[in-house]
Amino acid sequence: MAAFETPPLGEYPVIPLLREGAMAHSKPYVAKPDHQTPLGFPGELVPDWENVAVTKLGELVSQSRALQVFLDSCVKCGACTDKCHYYLGTADPKNMPVARQDLLRSVYRRYYTFAGRFFPWLVGARDMTKKVLDEWYSYFHQCSQCRRCSVFCPYGIDTAEISMAAREVLDTVGVGQKYSNEIIAKVHKIGNNLGLPGPALRDTLEGLEEDVKEATGVDVKFPLDVKGADVLLVTPSADFFAEPHVDGLIGYAKVLHAAGISWTLSSHASEAANFSLFIGNHDNLQRVAERIREAAIELGVKRIVVGECGHAWRVAYSFWNTLIGPFDFLDPRYPAPQHICEVTYDLIRRGALTLDKSANDDKVVTFHDSCNVSRGSRMGDVPGGQFLIPREIIRACVNKFVDMAPETIGEATFCCGGGGGLLTDDLVELRVKGALPRMQALQQVVEEHGVNYLAAICAICKSQFTKVLPYYKHPMDMIGSVHGLVSNAIVLGSGK
Amino acid sequence: MSALTVFYALLFYSATAILVGGVGYKCWVYVRTPQPLKIPIPPAPATRRGVALRMLVEVTFFKSLFRANKWIWLFGWLFHVALLAVLLRHLRYFTEPVWAWVDLVQPLGLYAGFAMLVGLAGLWARRFLVDRVRYISSPSDHLMLALLVAIAASGLAMKFVAHTDIVALKAFFLGLMAFDWQPLPADPVLLAHLGLVAALMIVFPISKLLHAPGVFFSPSLNQVDDARERRHAAGWSAKIVYVKRASGG
Repeated sequence: MAAFETPPLGEYPVIPLLREGAMAHSKPYVAKPDHQTPLGFPGELVPDWENVAVTKLGELVSQSRALQVFLDSCVKCGACTDKCHYYLGTADPKNMPVARQDLLRSVYRRYYTFAGRFFPWLVGARDMTKKVLDEWYSYFHQCSQCRRCSVFCPYGIDTAEISMAAREVLDTVGVGQKYSNEIIAKVHKIGNNLGLPGPALRDTLEGLEEDVKEATGVDVKFPLDVKGADVLLVTPSADFFAEPHVDGLIGYAKVLHAAGISWTLSSHASEAANFSLFIGNHDNLQRVAERIREAAIELGVKRIVVGECGHAWRVAYSFWNTLIGPFDFLDPRYPAPQHICEVTYDLIRRGALTLDKSANDDKVVTFHDSCNVSRGSRMGDVPGGQFLIPREIIRACVNKFVDMAPETIGEATFCCGGGGGLLTDDLVELRVKGALPRMQALQQVVEEHGVNYLAAICAICKSQFTKVLPYYKHPMDMIGSVHGLVSNAIVLGSGK
Repeated sequence: MSALTVFYALLFYSATAILVGGVGYKCWVYVRTPQPLKIPIPPAPATRRGVALRMLVEVTFFKSLFRANKWIWLFGWLFHVALLAVLLRHLRYFTEPVWAWVDLVQPLGLYAGFAMLVGLAGLWARRFLVDRVRYISSPSDHLMLALLVAIAASGLAMKFVAHTDIVALKAFFLGLMAFDWQPLPADPVLLAHLGLVAALMIVFPISKLLHAPGVFFSPSLNQVDDARERRHAAGWSAKIVYVKRASGG
């Protein structure tokens, strides 16, 4: 990988002038046949791939009203051009959302529209060539599918949908991305992204029980495969041992312990993440999600709760009912599924938790809204609950909380730079540069308020910030789980 | 009956058929195409009513665009509102007697013609001056603006430079609508204006002008945020069959 420079943080954010081809070299490792075939994709570029790609594209569009409308409706107004963190961080014009869409729209036009078929030069329509395919591979892996652009689009055109379709076409012709596809294959085979088998998981959880016992003197359990538990907790596998994720898991366990809720993890569904979302493939999306239905039925639980994981919560909140519902086997008094933050917030409101804010007095906290939670889902029963609930939890656990600039949080939040299947070392330049807008906003609250803790509720955000914070001269352990704060503040032994 | 009248009569019949048929067909394609998953974009309302309100605010005030970029919003909104006023003003050429409220809009419509040009000029200037917008503009984007500018300019020319025989023109259009053709005045500015309008109607269903019906079908704007409460299924997601697989781990 070529050396690169971390973009400098100015006094205020700027929209860069175009630098054509600035990121043309960026591409993730291509999947090997071993990563492709378990997902049902060909192992290498198929013969006659041009036709296969064009046919697949037509098929995808005919199956998705979103694609159909989005590909027709763009007027090139330019509203989205300065909204993507990858554009702001790299200045490569193909990272402007509309230009990224046009990489695919140009091919769609050529083969499926009147204007593109007969007047390609007029509407910028292009033949499907190897050059186009390579460009797709590069730039559709420079989109974290964070949906920020679509918030600003007057037609709600969602680049994530187009980027997912492009990756699906790439997979179909045999050019998959190693990082995502290898992980999905692991989930199919072993049950989680890390490839952590059941016995190892049990060991890890027992270790955590000992750690918590040592630190608090309380027997907080981390149950696995307990039939008849009330709650099945499905959480990203990073929570099982990676820092700072594991502090979040300890937080969930303490909350559930304090509230007296019986719960369990499942070795069959030991992963909340569903990377199939990133590659746009609905067969895999459904297959990976179905493990959770199976586990819930097998364990006979009444509720399903999802841990801190952004895209997993999007899949759970927005898609599970469709993919693996109806949840008529669960207790109808609770939303299905529930986010751990909803559970904790509810308990806080009911006064069921004792929280000592002073335990976090060494911290000045800000909150990073994760894109998939902010723009792909909701929490609670009012619009915007996904912004309110995590903040209320933090406020209940710390004395010093400040928000970053309003145009960088809430539904306008900037992606961490590592979402959408890009959290891989072969894309580190992209990840560092894409983090620029978030780092800019963070820098401001660090300087003005002395913020020293960046709380998040997404495993990808946490891993990404751990990696990129040092590039921007912040300590890597500045990033932490929201439930890590809960874990510090909660006073055990007083629960009902 | 002059060849000119016959040509324009046939032109407007075909342009209307293409516009109505083409947009109708596109809408049918949008209706027919399933949306298998829930993908509303926040702030997404939790009720149908809320969605209707959201859509109304979006198409009348261009709310998202306002958030995105004040210049594009200013010029874009100005153009669209002015276009609406101008279109309403033109109803007088297609109704007899003229509806009372169209008379009320009449004076507004005059200024609107200029406002339209200002809006279009602003949008076009951005395509040259802002490097990001210049990069994403293709020839068709410029042509579309040129077409609209030419329509507005030729229309204004007939009002403020050289009047056309508006009574005869109205007779021509009323005749077209009643299939009782009347002669069209052979005024070059008028002929240019009408020809350009017919061109706009013809390209409508095969161009980015489809954003007008498209916005109403956009799932990210028109879906209700109720994924947990109501099971959504359409297209492939309506065909999901659960397969019991062996437990792993």
